[in-house]
Amino acid sequence: MKVLRRTFNIRKIYGLAVVICLWEIIHFIVNSKIVPGPYETAKAFLGLLSGNLVLHILSSLFRVLSAISVSAAAGVPLGLLTGMSRKADSFISPVMYILYPIPKIAFLPVFMILFGLGNSSKIVLVTSIIIFQIMLSARDGVREIPQEFYYSARSLGLSMFQIYMHIVVPAVLPKLFSAMRISMGMCIAALFFSENFSTTFGIGYFIMNCWVMADYLHMFAGILALSLMGMLMFKVIDYAEKKLCPWLHLDS
Amino acid sequence: MIQVRNLGIDFGSEWALKNIDLDIPSNTTCAIIGPSGCGKTTLLCVLAGLLVPTAGQVLIDGQQLRGIRKNTGLILQNNGLLPWKTTWKNVELGLRTRQPDRKIVNEKVYSILKQMEISEFRNKYPAQLSGGQKQRTAIARTLVLEPDILLLDEASSALDAITREQLQNLILEIYKNKPTTLVLVTHSIEEAVFLGQKIVVMKKAQIKHIMSNPFFGDADIRTKPDYYNVCMEVRKRLCGDA
Ligand SMILES: Nc1ncnc2c1ncn2[C@@H]1O[C@H](COP(=O)(O)OP(=O)(O)OP(=O)(O)O)[C@@H](O)[C@H]1O
Ligand SMILES: [Mg+2]
Repeated sequence: MKVLRRTFNIRKIYGLAVVICLWEIIHFIVNSKIVPGPYETAKAFLGLLSGNLVLHILSSLFRVLSAISVSAAAGVPLGLLTGMSRKADSFISPVMYILYPIPKIAFLPVFMILFGLGNSSKIVLVTSIIIFQIMLSARDGVREIPQEFYYSARSLGLSMFQIYMHIVVPAVLPKLFSAMRISMGMCIAALFFSENFSTTFGIGYFIMNCWVMADYLHMFAGILALSLMGMLMFKVIDYAEKKLCPWLHLDS
Repeated sequence: MIQVRNLGIDFGSEWALKNIDLDIPSNTTCAIIGPSGCGKTTLLCVLAGLLVPTAGQVLIDGQQLRGIRKNTGLILQNNGLLPWKTTWKNVELGLRTRQPDRKIVNEKVYSILKQMEISEFRNKYPAQLSGGQKQRTAIARTLVLEPDILLLDEASSALDAITREQLQNLILEIYKNKPTTLVLVTHSIEEAVFLGQKIVVMKKAQIKHIMSNPFFGDADIRTKPDYYNVCMEVRKRLCGDA
Protein backbone atom coordinates (compact mmCIF):
# COMPACT_ATOMS: atom_id res chain seq x y z
CA MET A 1 0.00 0.00 0.00
CA LYS A 2 2.74 2.40 1.00
CA VAL A 3 4.51 1.81 -2.29
CA LEU A 4 1.31 2.46 -4.18
CA ARG A 5 0.72 5.70 -2.35
CA ARG A 6 4.23 6.87 -2.98
CA THR A 7 4.08 6.15 -6.70
CA PHE A 8 0.71 7.69 -7.27
CA ASN A 9 0.76 10.65 -4.97
CA ILE A 10 -1.26 13.73 -5.76
CA ARG A 11 1.61 15.91 -7.01
CA LYS A 12 2.60 13.42 -9.65
CA ILE A 13 -0.96 12.92 -10.83
CA TYR A 14 -1.34 16.68 -11.00
CA GLY A 15 1.87 17.05 -13.04
CA LEU A 16 0.84 14.32 -15.40
CA ALA A 17 -2.64 15.79 -15.82
CA VAL A 18 -1.27 19.23 -16.71
CA VAL A 19 1.17 17.80 -19.26
CA ILE A 20 -1.54 15.70 -20.89
CA CYS A 21 -3.91 18.70 -21.00
CA LEU A 22 -1.25 20.89 -22.63
CA TRP A 23 -0.54 18.16 -25.13
CA GLU A 24 -4.25 17.79 -25.89
CA ILE A 25 -4.58 21.56 -26.34
CA ILE A 26 -1.63 21.72 -28.74
CA HIS A 27 -3.01 18.72 -30.60
CA PHE A 28 -6.32 20.55 -30.89
CA ILE A 29 -4.82 23.87 -32.04
CA VAL A 30 -2.35 22.40 -34.55
CA ASN A 31 -5.09 20.14 -35.79
CA SER A 32 -2.92 18.07 -38.08
CA LYS A 33 -1.42 14.61 -38.15
CA ILE A 34 1.95 16.07 -37.11
CA VAL A 35 0.85 16.22 -33.47
CA PRO A 36 -1.27 13.21 -32.57
CA GLY A 37 -3.19 13.31 -29.32
CA PRO A 38 -2.01 11.69 -26.10
CA TYR A 39 -4.60 8.94 -26.19
CA GLU A 40 -3.77 7.72 -29.70
CA THR A 41 -0.07 8.00 -28.95
CA ALA A 42 -0.34 5.93 -25.80
CA LYS A 43 -2.34 3.34 -27.69
CA ALA A 44 0.21 3.22 -30.52
CA PHE A 45 3.00 3.01 -27.95
CA LEU A 46 1.42 0.02 -26.22
CA GLY A 47 0.81 -1.59 -29.58
CA LEU A 48 4.45 -1.16 -30.54
CA LEU A 49 5.70 -2.67 -27.30
CA SER A 50 4.93 -6.14 -28.58
CA GLY A 51 6.93 -5.35 -31.72
CA ASN A 52 10.32 -3.92 -32.52
CA LEU A 53 10.12 -0.88 -30.25
CA VAL A 54 11.36 -2.92 -27.31
CA LEU A 55 14.49 -3.83 -29.27
CA HIS A 56 15.06 -0.18 -30.10
CA ILE A 57 14.67 0.80 -26.47
CA LEU A 58 16.98 -1.97 -25.33
CA SER A 59 19.74 -1.07 -27.74
CA SER A 60 19.54 2.57 -26.64
CA LEU A 61 19.59 1.55 -23.00
CA PHE A 62 22.56 -0.68 -23.64
CA ARG A 63 24.49 2.24 -25.13
CA VAL A 64 23.68 4.61 -22.27
CA LEU A 65 24.43 2.07 -19.56
CA SER A 66 27.72 1.10 -21.20
CA ALA A 67 28.69 4.75 -21.39
CA ILE A 68 27.80 5.30 -17.72
CA SER A 69 29.76 2.22 -16.65
CA VAL A 70 32.84 3.21 -18.63
CA SER A 71 32.64 6.78 -17.34
CA ALA A 72 32.30 5.66 -13.73
CA ALA A 73 35.02 3.03 -14.00
CA ALA A 74 37.51 5.50 -15.48
CA GLY A 75 36.21 8.83 -14.18
CA VAL A 76 35.88 8.06 -10.48
CA PRO A 77 39.44 6.83 -9.90
CA LEU A 78 40.87 9.64 -12.04
CA GLY A 79 38.78 12.21 -10.19
CA LEU A 80 39.76 10.84 -6.78
CA LEU A 81 43.40 10.84 -7.77
CA THR A 82 43.14 14.43 -8.99
CA GLY A 83 41.46 15.46 -5.75
CA MET A 84 43.98 13.80 -3.49
CA SER A 85 47.30 14.36 -5.17
CA ARG A 86 48.55 17.80 -5.97
CA LYS A 87 50.85 16.34 -8.56
CA ALA A 88 48.10 14.43 -10.36
CA ASP A 89 45.98 17.56 -10.17
CA SER A 90 48.61 19.64 -11.94
CA PHE A 91 48.74 17.09 -14.75
CA ILE A 92 45.08 16.27 -15.15
CA SER A 93 43.12 19.40 -14.27
CA PRO A 94 44.50 21.73 -16.97
CA VAL A 95 43.65 19.15 -19.64
CA MET A 96 40.23 18.58 -18.12
CA TYR A 97 39.46 22.30 -18.11
CA ILE A 98 40.11 22.55 -21.83
CA LEU A 99 38.24 19.39 -22.80
CA TYR A 100 35.23 19.84 -20.51
CA PRO A 101 33.53 22.78 -22.27
CA ILE A 102 34.19 21.54 -25.81
CA PRO A 103 30.93 20.43 -27.45
CA LYS A 104 31.76 16.74 -27.77
CA ILE A 105 28.79 16.11 -30.01
CA ALA A 106 30.64 17.78 -32.88
CA PHE A 107 33.20 15.02 -32.68
CA LEU A 108 30.74 12.30 -33.61
CA PRO A 109 32.11 12.10 -37.20
CA VAL A 110 35.63 11.71 -35.81
CA PHE A 111 34.49 9.04 -33.38
CA MET A 112 32.72 7.20 -36.19
CA ILE A 113 35.92 7.15 -38.22
CA LEU A 114 38.04 6.07 -35.26
CA PHE A 115 35.67 3.64 -33.55
CA GLY A 116 33.57 2.41 -36.42
CA LEU A 117 29.95 2.97 -37.29
CA GLY A 118 28.50 0.57 -34.73
CA ASN A 119 27.87 0.84 -31.02
CA SER A 120 31.39 1.86 -30.04
CA SER A 121 31.36 5.31 -31.54
CA LYS A 122 28.02 6.07 -29.91
CA ILE A 123 29.18 4.82 -26.53
CA VAL A 124 32.39 6.83 -26.87
CA LEU A 125 30.40 9.97 -27.66
CA VAL A 126 28.14 9.64 -24.63
CA THR A 127 31.10 8.68 -22.43
CA SER A 128 33.02 11.75 -23.55
CA ILE A 129 30.10 13.84 -22.34
CA ILE A 130 29.56 12.37 -18.88
CA ILE A 131 33.07 11.39 -17.90
CA PHE A 132 34.20 14.96 -17.22
CA GLN A 133 31.20 15.67 -15.06
CA ILE A 134 31.99 12.56 -13.05
CA MET A 135 35.69 13.36 -12.77
CA LEU A 136 34.99 16.90 -11.62
CA SER A 137 32.51 15.85 -8.97
CA ALA A 138 34.74 13.08 -7.65
CA ARG A 139 37.61 15.55 -7.45
CA ASP A 140 35.56 18.24 -5.71
CA GLY A 141 33.99 15.66 -3.42
CA VAL A 142 37.39 14.59 -2.10
CA ARG A 143 38.59 18.15 -1.77
CA GLU A 144 35.62 19.13 0.34
CA ILE A 145 36.30 16.48 2.96
CA PRO A 146 37.25 18.41 6.10
CA GLN A 147 40.73 17.82 7.47
CA GLU A 148 39.21 16.93 10.84
CA PHE A 149 37.66 13.76 9.37
CA TYR A 150 41.09 12.52 8.39
CA TYR A 151 42.55 13.55 11.75
CA SER A 152 39.81 11.79 13.71
CA ALA A 153 40.02 8.69 11.56
CA ARG A 154 43.78 8.48 11.86
CA SER A 155 43.74 8.99 15.60
CA LEU A 156 41.12 6.24 15.84
CA GLY A 157 43.64 3.99 14.11
CA LEU A 158 42.04 3.59 10.67
CA SER A 159 44.27 2.39 7.85
CA MET A 160 44.47 4.09 4.46
CA PHE A 161 42.08 1.53 3.00
CA GLN A 162 39.62 2.03 5.84
CA ILE A 163 39.81 5.79 5.41
CA TYR A 164 38.84 5.23 1.78
CA MET A 165 35.92 3.03 2.68
CA HIS A 166 34.60 5.00 5.63
CA ILE A 167 35.36 8.56 4.56
CA VAL A 168 36.25 9.07 0.90
CA VAL A 169 33.62 6.84 -0.69
CA PRO A 170 30.63 8.12 1.33
CA ALA A 171 31.78 11.71 0.90
CA VAL A 172 31.98 11.38 -2.88
CA LEU A 173 28.92 9.22 -3.52
CA PRO A 174 26.25 11.99 -3.30
CA LYS A 175 28.32 14.13 -5.68
CA LEU A 176 28.42 11.32 -8.19
CA PHE A 177 24.67 10.93 -8.11
CA SER A 178 24.26 14.66 -8.71
CA ALA A 179 26.72 14.49 -11.58
CA MET A 180 24.75 11.67 -13.16
CA ARG A 181 21.51 13.57 -12.79
CA ILE A 182 23.00 16.67 -14.35
CA SER A 183 24.51 14.82 -17.27
CA MET A 184 21.50 12.59 -17.93
CA GLY A 185 19.73 15.16 -20.12
CA MET A 186 22.77 15.86 -22.27
CA CYS A 187 23.56 12.20 -22.41
CA ILE A 188 20.16 11.21 -23.82
CA ALA A 189 20.19 14.12 -26.29
CA ALA A 190 23.60 13.03 -27.56
CA LEU A 191 22.45 9.46 -27.82
CA PHE A 192 19.43 10.52 -29.86
CA PHE A 193 21.67 12.48 -32.19
CA SER A 194 24.20 9.70 -32.62
CA GLU A 195 21.47 7.19 -33.39
CA ASN A 196 20.54 9.16 -36.47
CA PHE A 197 23.66 7.86 -38.14
CA SER A 198 24.52 4.50 -39.55
CA THR A 199 22.37 2.33 -37.38
CA THR A 200 19.04 0.62 -37.73
CA PHE A 201 18.51 0.11 -34.03
CA GLY A 202 18.00 2.53 -31.21
CA ILE A 203 15.15 4.76 -30.24
CA GLY A 204 16.73 7.75 -32.00
CA TYR A 205 16.79 5.84 -35.25
CA PHE A 206 13.20 4.73 -34.73
CA ILE A 207 11.96 8.30 -34.25
CA MET A 208 13.78 9.74 -37.25
CA ASN A 209 12.81 6.78 -39.43
CA CYS A 210 9.13 7.33 -38.63
CA TRP A 211 9.64 10.99 -39.44
CA VAL A 212 11.11 10.18 -42.84
CA MET A 213 8.15 7.94 -43.54
CA ALA A 214 5.74 10.62 -42.29
CA ASP A 215 4.38 8.15 -39.71
CA TYR A 216 3.79 10.81 -37.07
CA LEU A 217 1.79 8.65 -34.73
CA HIS A 218 4.62 6.15 -34.36
CA MET A 219 7.15 8.96 -34.25
CA PHE A 220 5.32 10.34 -31.23
CA ALA A 221 5.15 6.91 -29.67
CA GLY A 222 8.94 6.81 -30.06
CA ILE A 223 9.30 10.21 -28.43
CA LEU A 224 7.13 8.93 -25.60
CA ALA A 225 9.39 5.89 -25.27
CA LEU A 226 12.51 8.06 -25.15
CA SER A 227 10.94 10.31 -22.51
CA LEU A 228 9.92 7.33 -20.42
CA MET A 229 13.43 5.95 -20.69
CA GLY A 230 14.84 9.24 -19.40
CA MET A 231 12.35 9.33 -16.56
CA LEU A 232 13.08 5.75 -15.63
CA MET A 233 16.81 6.43 -15.47
CA PHE A 234 16.18 9.44 -13.28
CA LYS A 235 14.07 7.31 -10.95
CA VAL A 236 16.74 4.64 -10.78
CA ILE A 237 19.34 7.24 -9.82
CA ASP A 238 17.02 8.67 -7.15
CA TYR A 239 16.30 5.24 -5.80
CA ALA A 240 19.95 4.22 -5.70
CA GLU A 241 20.83 7.42 -3.91
CA LYS A 242 18.12 6.86 -1.31
CA LYS A 243 19.39 3.35 -0.70
CA LEU A 244 23.10 4.13 -0.69
CA CYS A 245 23.03 7.55 0.99
CA PRO A 246 20.33 7.29 3.67
CA TRP A 247 21.84 10.16 5.66
CA LEU A 248 20.77 12.59 2.92
CA HIS A 249 17.11 11.72 3.36
CA LEU A 250 16.55 12.01 7.06
CA ASP A 251 13.24 13.82 7.37
CA SER A 252 11.21 11.06 5.77
CA MET B 1 53.83 11.47 31.36
CA ILE B 2 53.85 13.90 28.48
CA GLN B 3 56.99 15.97 28.06
CA VAL B 4 57.12 18.69 25.44
CA ARG B 5 60.61 19.95 24.76
CA ASN B 6 61.39 23.16 22.87
CA LEU B 7 58.62 22.36 20.42
CA GLY B 8 58.21 24.38 17.24
CA ILE B 9 55.75 24.09 14.36
CA ASP B 10 56.31 26.06 11.18
CA PHE B 11 53.44 26.20 8.70
CA GLY B 12 55.56 27.98 6.11
CA SER B 13 54.27 31.50 6.52
CA GLU B 14 54.71 31.70 10.28
CA TRP B 15 55.48 29.72 13.39
CA ALA B 16 52.24 28.38 14.81
CA LEU B 17 54.14 27.18 17.90
CA LYS B 18 57.52 28.25 19.16
CA ASN B 19 59.70 27.14 22.08
CA ILE B 20 56.99 25.22 23.85
CA ASP B 21 58.05 23.44 27.01
CA LEU B 22 55.43 21.61 29.02
CA ASP B 23 55.23 18.66 31.39
CA ILE B 24 52.00 16.85 32.05
CA PRO B 25 52.36 14.06 34.64
CA SER B 26 50.45 10.83 34.06
CA ASN B 27 46.84 10.76 35.14
CA THR B 28 46.61 14.49 35.73
CA THR B 29 44.60 17.04 33.82
CA CYS B 30 45.88 20.06 32.00
CA ALA B 31 43.74 22.87 30.58
CA ILE B 32 45.16 24.97 27.76
CA ILE B 33 43.58 28.38 27.32
CA GLY B 34 44.40 31.20 24.95
CA PRO B 35 43.02 33.52 22.31
CA SER B 36 41.79 32.25 18.96
CA GLY B 37 44.59 31.38 16.57
CA CYS B 38 47.28 31.12 19.26
CA GLY B 39 48.06 27.52 18.33
CA LYS B 40 46.02 25.43 20.78
CA THR B 41 44.61 23.03 18.21
CA THR B 42 48.02 22.77 16.59
CA LEU B 43 49.57 21.79 19.91
CA LEU B 44 46.91 19.14 20.46
CA CYS B 45 47.50 17.72 16.97
CA VAL B 46 51.21 17.46 17.74
CA LEU B 47 50.45 15.63 20.99
CA ALA B 48 48.19 13.30 19.00
CA GLY B 49 51.03 12.52 16.62
CA LEU B 50 49.18 13.97 13.64
CA LEU B 51 51.66 16.79 13.04
CA VAL B 52 55.38 16.31 12.94
CA PRO B 53 57.26 19.00 14.91
CA THR B 54 59.48 21.31 12.91
CA ALA B 55 61.69 21.72 15.98
CA GLY B 56 62.00 20.02 19.34
CA GLN B 57 60.17 16.89 20.38
CA VAL B 58 57.39 15.31 22.38
CA LEU B 59 58.15 12.48 24.78
CA ILE B 60 55.46 10.18 26.04
CA ASP B 61 56.48 7.99 28.96
CA GLY B 62 60.05 8.81 28.05
CA GLN B 63 59.74 7.73 24.42
CA GLN B 64 59.87 10.14 21.54
CA LEU B 65 56.49 10.40 19.84
CA ARG B 66 56.57 9.42 16.18
CA GLY B 67 53.21 9.32 14.50
CA ILE B 68 49.90 8.11 15.83
CA ARG B 69 49.92 6.45 19.22
CA LYS B 70 47.40 3.70 19.76
CA ASN B 71 46.35 4.73 23.25
CA THR B 72 45.93 8.43 22.64
CA GLY B 73 42.36 9.55 22.07
CA LEU B 74 41.59 12.81 20.29
CA ILE B 75 38.31 14.71 20.15
CA LEU B 76 38.39 17.61 17.75
CA GLN B 77 36.81 21.04 17.84
CA ASN B 78 33.95 20.10 15.48
CA ASN B 79 33.78 16.61 16.99
CA GLY B 80 34.77 14.93 13.69
CA LEU B 81 31.68 12.71 13.62
CA LEU B 82 31.02 11.26 10.18
CA PRO B 83 27.65 12.53 8.92
CA TRP B 84 27.00 9.30 7.01
CA LYS B 85 27.23 7.09 10.08
CA THR B 86 24.73 6.64 12.86
CA THR B 87 25.71 7.17 16.47
CA TRP B 88 26.36 3.47 16.82
CA LYS B 89 28.46 3.20 13.66
CA ASN B 90 30.46 6.28 14.59
CA VAL B 91 31.22 4.90 18.03
CA GLU B 92 32.27 1.46 16.78
CA LEU B 93 34.46 2.91 14.01
CA GLY B 94 37.79 2.81 15.82
CA LEU B 95 36.97 -0.24 17.89
CA ARG B 96 36.21 -2.45 14.90
CA THR B 97 39.65 -1.84 13.44
CA ARG B 98 41.26 -3.19 16.63
CA GLN B 99 38.80 -5.75 17.91
CA PRO B 100 37.93 -8.54 15.47
CA ASP B 101 35.34 -10.11 17.78
CA ARG B 102 31.96 -8.71 16.82
CA LYS B 103 30.41 -9.69 20.13
CA ILE B 104 32.95 -7.84 22.24
CA VAL B 105 32.59 -4.78 19.99
CA ASN B 106 28.83 -4.77 20.43
CA GLU B 107 29.08 -5.17 24.19
CA LYS B 108 31.60 -2.38 24.56
CA VAL B 109 29.73 0.00 22.28
CA TYR B 110 26.49 -0.70 24.04
CA SER B 111 27.91 -0.11 27.49
CA ILE B 112 29.64 3.16 26.53
CA LEU B 113 26.45 4.44 24.88
CA LYS B 114 24.60 3.65 28.10
CA GLN B 115 27.25 5.37 30.18
CA MET B 116 27.09 8.49 27.99
CA GLU B 117 23.29 8.33 28.07
CA ILE B 118 22.97 8.30 24.29
CA SER B 119 21.89 4.72 23.68
CA GLU B 120 18.41 5.81 22.62
CA PHE B 121 20.00 7.75 19.74
CA ARG B 122 22.07 4.86 18.48
CA ASN B 123 20.31 4.76 15.11
CA LYS B 124 20.28 8.51 14.58
CA TYR B 125 22.65 10.36 12.30
CA PRO B 126 24.73 13.28 13.62
CA ALA B 127 22.45 15.75 11.82
CA GLN B 128 19.59 14.50 14.01
CA LEU B 129 21.45 15.05 17.29
CA SER B 130 21.73 18.11 19.49
CA GLY B 131 25.12 19.69 20.09
CA GLY B 132 25.46 18.02 23.48
CA GLN B 133 24.49 14.61 22.13
CA LYS B 134 27.04 14.98 19.34
CA GLN B 135 29.79 15.76 21.82
CA ARG B 136 28.80 12.76 23.94
CA THR B 137 28.96 10.60 20.83
CA ALA B 138 32.42 11.91 19.99
CA ILE B 139 33.55 11.27 23.56
CA ALA B 140 32.05 7.77 23.48
CA ARG B 141 33.84 7.00 20.22
CA THR B 142 37.16 7.80 21.84
CA LEU B 143 36.51 6.40 25.33
CA VAL B 144 35.42 3.05 23.95
CA LEU B 145 39.06 2.54 22.93
CA GLU B 146 40.10 3.03 26.57
CA PRO B 147 42.86 5.55 25.92
CA ASP B 148 45.42 6.48 28.58
CA ILE B 149 45.78 9.97 27.13
CA LEU B 150 42.70 11.92 26.19
CA LEU B 151 42.99 15.10 24.15
CA LEU B 152 39.92 17.33 23.95
CA ASP B 153 39.67 20.37 21.71
CA GLU B 154 36.98 22.81 22.84
CA ALA B 155 34.56 20.05 23.61
CA SER B 156 31.94 22.41 24.99
CA SER B 157 32.37 25.66 23.11
CA ALA B 158 29.43 25.12 20.74
CA LEU B 159 26.99 24.39 23.57
CA ASP B 160 24.59 26.50 25.61
CA ALA B 161 25.50 27.33 29.21
CA ILE B 162 23.56 24.53 30.90
CA THR B 163 24.55 21.78 28.47
CA ARG B 164 28.11 23.02 28.73
CA GLU B 165 28.17 22.63 32.51
CA GLN B 166 26.61 19.18 32.19
CA LEU B 167 29.32 18.18 29.76
CA GLN B 168 32.03 19.58 32.06
CA ASN B 169 30.55 17.59 34.95
CA LEU B 170 30.53 14.51 32.77
CA ILE B 171 34.18 14.96 31.82
CA LEU B 172 35.14 15.41 35.48
CA GLU B 173 33.16 12.32 36.38
CA ILE B 174 34.81 10.28 33.65
CA TYR B 175 38.19 11.43 34.91
CA LYS B 176 37.40 10.63 38.53
CA ASN B 177 36.06 7.19 37.68
CA LYS B 178 39.16 6.27 35.77
CA PRO B 179 42.00 8.78 35.93
CA THR B 180 43.77 9.24 32.61
CA THR B 181 46.02 11.96 31.32
CA LEU B 182 43.58 14.59 30.18
CA VAL B 183 44.61 17.55 28.05
CA LEU B 184 41.84 19.93 27.18
CA VAL B 185 41.84 23.05 25.09
CA THR B 186 39.27 25.68 25.89
CA HIS B 187 38.22 29.27 25.33
CA SER B 188 36.47 29.44 28.63
CA ILE B 189 38.19 30.53 31.83
CA GLU B 190 35.55 28.81 33.97
CA GLU B 191 36.05 25.54 32.13
CA ALA B 192 39.81 25.76 32.45
CA VAL B 193 39.55 26.25 36.20
CA PHE B 194 36.89 23.57 36.61
CA LEU B 195 38.71 20.88 34.65
CA GLY B 196 42.37 21.85 34.78
CA GLN B 197 44.69 20.63 37.51
CA LYS B 198 47.29 22.57 35.66
CA ILE B 199 46.30 25.61 33.64
CA VAL B 200 48.41 26.69 30.68
CA VAL B 201 47.83 30.20 29.37
CA MET B 202 48.98 30.70 25.79
CA LYS B 203 49.49 33.74 23.66
CA LYS B 204 50.46 33.83 19.99
CA ALA B 205 52.41 30.61 19.40
CA GLN B 206 53.86 30.58 22.90
CA ILE B 207 53.14 29.61 26.48
CA LYS B 208 52.69 32.71 28.57
CA HIS B 209 52.11 31.23 31.97
CA ILE B 210 51.58 27.90 33.69
CA MET B 211 49.75 27.74 36.99
CA SER B 212 48.49 24.95 39.15
CA ASN B 213 44.95 24.83 40.41
CA PRO B 214 44.65 23.59 44.00
CA PHE B 215 40.87 23.43 43.85
CA PHE B 216 40.67 20.99 40.98
CA GLY B 217 38.45 17.98 41.49
CA ASP B 218 35.75 19.59 43.58
CA ALA B 219 32.50 19.06 41.65
CA ASP B 220 30.80 21.83 43.62
CA ILE B 221 33.60 24.29 43.12
CA ARG B 222 31.43 26.58 41.00
CA THR B 223 29.58 27.83 44.05
CA LYS B 224 32.70 28.66 46.05
CA PRO B 225 34.58 31.96 46.24
CA ASP B 226 37.98 30.26 45.77
CA TYR B 227 36.89 29.27 42.30
CA TYR B 228 36.34 32.90 41.35
CA ASN B 229 39.70 33.88 42.74
CA VAL B 230 41.41 31.36 40.48
CA CYS B 231 39.27 32.50 37.56
CA MET B 232 40.30 36.08 38.26
CA GLU B 233 43.93 35.12 38.22
CA VAL B 234 43.60 33.27 34.93
CA ARG B 235 41.75 36.24 33.48
CA LYS B 236 44.56 38.57 34.56
CA ARG B 237 47.15 36.29 32.99
CA LEU B 238 45.14 35.95 29.83
CA CYS B 239 44.37 39.60 29.29
CA GLY B 240 47.36 41.27 30.94
CA ASP B 241 50.51 42.15 29.05
CA ALA B 242 52.86 40.73 31.66
N1 LIG C 1 47.30 23.47 8.22
C1 LIG C 1 47.70 24.74 8.44
N2 LIG C 1 48.44 25.38 7.51
C2 LIG C 1 48.84 26.65 7.71
N3 LIG C 1 48.57 27.36 8.82
C3 LIG C 1 47.85 26.77 9.78
C4 LIG C 1 47.36 25.44 9.64
N4 LIG C 1 46.66 25.11 10.74
C5 LIG C 1 46.71 26.21 11.54
N5 LIG C 1 47.42 27.20 10.97
C6 LIG C 1 47.70 28.52 11.59
O1 LIG C 1 48.31 28.30 12.84
C7 LIG C 1 47.82 29.19 13.80
C8 LIG C 1 47.26 28.43 14.99
O2 LIG C 1 46.09 27.72 14.60
P1 LIG C 1 45.27 26.83 15.64
O3 LIG C 1 44.19 26.19 14.88
O4 LIG C 1 46.21 25.97 16.39
O5 LIG C 1 44.67 27.94 16.60
P2 LIG C 1 43.71 27.75 17.84
O6 LIG C 1 44.44 28.30 19.01
O7 LIG C 1 43.24 26.36 17.93
O8 LIG C 1 42.52 28.71 17.47
P3 LIG C 1 40.96 28.54 17.80
O9 LIG C 1 40.81 28.85 19.24
O10 LIG C 1 40.31 29.56 16.92
O11 LIG C 1 40.59 27.15 17.45
C9 LIG C 1 46.79 30.06 13.11
O12 LIG C 1 47.39 31.30 12.80
C10 LIG C 1 46.47 29.31 11.85
O13 LIG C 1 46.17 30.20 10.82
MG1 LIG D 1 41.39 25.42 17.71
